[in-house]
Amino acid sequence: METALRQGDTLLFPAPPVLAAHAAVGGKKESEGPLAGAFDELSRDNLFGQDNWEAAERALQLRAARLCLQKGHAAEDSVSLALAGDLQAQCTASSYAMRELGIPYAGLFGACSTMAEALGLGAALCAGGMARGVLAMASGHFCAAERQFRTPLCYGAVRTPTAQWTATAAGCCLLRPAGEGAAGVRVRAVTLGRVQDYQVKDITNMGAAMAPAAAATLLRYLRDTGTPPAAFDCIYTGDLGRVGSGLLAELLEAEGTGPLHHEDCGCLLYGHDPKVHSGASGPGCCASVLCGHILPQLEQGALKRVLFLATGALMSQTTFLQKESIPAIAHLVELASPDWKEG
Amino acid sequence: MSSEEYGRRVRRAGPPSRLGRDCLWAFFVGGGICTAGEALRQAFLGAGADAVTAGTLTSCTLIALSAVLTALGWYQKLASRAGAGSLVPITGFANAVVSAAIEFRSEGRVTGTGAKMFTIAGPVIVYGTLASAVYGAALWAAAFFSS
Amino acid sequence: MGYLWAFLVGGAICAAGQLLIDLTSLTPARILTGYVVAGVALSALGLYGPLADLAGAGASVPLLGFGHLLAQGVRQAVAQQGLLGCLTGGLQAGAAGIAASLICGVAASWLGKSRDQN
Repeated sequence: METALRQGDTLLFPAPPVLAAHAAVGGKKESEGPLAGAFDELSRDNLFGQDNWEAAERALQLRAARLCLQKGHAAEDSVSLALAGDLQAQCTASSYAMRELGIPYAGLFGACSTMAEALGLGAALCAGGMARGVLAMASGHFCAAERQFRTPLCYGAVRTPTAQWTATAAGCCLLRPAGEGAAGVRVRAVTLGRVQDYQVKDITNMGAAMAPAAAATLLRYLRDTGTPPAAFDCIYTGDLGRVGSGLLAELLEAEGTGPLHHEDCGCLLYGHDPKVHSGASGPGCCASVLCGHILPQLEQGALKRVLFLATGALMSQTTFLQKESIPAIAHLVELASPDWKEG
Repeated sequence: MSSEEYGRRVRRAGPPSRLGRDCLWAFFVGGGICTAGEALRQAFLGAGADAVTAGTLTSCTLIALSAVLTALGWYQKLASRAGAGSLVPITGFANAVVSAAIEFRSEGRVTGTGAKMFTIAGPVIVYGTLASAVYGAALWAAAFFSS
Repeated sequence: MGYLWAFLVGGAICAAGQLLIDLTSLTPARILTGYVVAGVALSALGLYGPLADLAGAGASVPLLGFGHLLAQGVRQAVAQQGLLGCLTGGLQAGAAGIAASLICGVAASWLGKSRDQN
């Protein structure tokens, strides 16, 4: 039996792996936003009972992982691998969270695209028979990100209108191979993106830096599979924000791809909160919106077929100070509801 | 689309400028901090301090006030609107030192607080000192050659 | 009148800083550094002294005033000590402000804690 096919950059799964369980955990601001009801758990205390922000993110991610395992009735030893990532230097939130779980672990860094990267790789391992269950997980924490990348939290900094707000959130999915009575949203295809750099240097405008990567991966997927954009109920991008979403539409129009039914996780998470300017960001943003908002709609059949297109900006504090431009990446995952049939 | 064309579109896509509102906030908050400073200075002068001492005491009082507001998290709230109005006065300098001292306490008293306090304040002291030394050397040279 | 001038001059210096933030890509750290160096230069050119006489704290509280303070210190020290004064004058004049900031910083790190902005 052929377990997977490859067309161009796109991996196709004739026997699609399924998302057997998923969980989203969020912090204070997330509990005040329009998607508050989508989270499995929310904490009014962004320290999550810890002493510092790094430990808080660790606790947040661990909570998401444990909830996901619990919802999937999965023992730790029924999971072959965890693929996880975050924004902290050397991916410590994930590594320290995984210290608590007895599951083989591979850390990923894809910045805000980590969740799609983890889902894509996890689905390929499941489809290839290399894993019986894979946890795909990503987290972000506003305070940990601010103090690492920007300024101390009590420092009087001004946010520019294009700036995005790192979400304090984590999302975790449990992937299972097809068959074995596995039910859930199916991962039908995955396109791992190529790094794009359109010479954007403004780190307060990540949406602009990442929009070309989203356009490139989406166009490549559509070409590889010969699918028209109208075939999807919605194309969800991961945190381009309002500025980046507008630019994505311009880039696609320039390539002759008409208007899409497009939503951006960064715009959905906080709605029109003036404090967050262009929208939410961070690996936890699209991970939690996927787990809390998109997957339940697919399970209930309100959505039949969607694309989940998560983007990441791949610079560091050092490359920024060295005046390098911001390379960006986007990974795409095609998801279909449990009862959707092609044709 | 080329990077150049994309760059033009990025500049166009930015949200509308808030220049007027930002400058009004900066003007009134900055002016307010300076007026408070002037009130302190007059009080010290009235208490019998000479001009130099009054100026020094004014700066130190404002720095202490800024430290308290920073520790309470209020300076950041003011600054998110006031922009340069709270950045440019001496209180902004104190905020840069104090916020880093608090923030990096979790990395230790020496390697966290002690070292990170200078992240923003350090360059200010370094280049201020350098500029004043250059000015001093020029003054000395001018006096040396004219005598 | 003193208070009005302090308000107007101080406000104008801050509004100029805001223009630099909005219209250029200068970061706050660069603006602060630039203001201090510019204060030294304006003082050296004899432009800042009259402004400080007019506006009092309106000129001394913004960081331009800190540069002016360093320049004044150097002027005095070079007149008294000669060449060595260019090393001692600046920091000596600014010592109170720098020491107050550092001591307040350490004290605040004992009493304060990192605060969530969410």
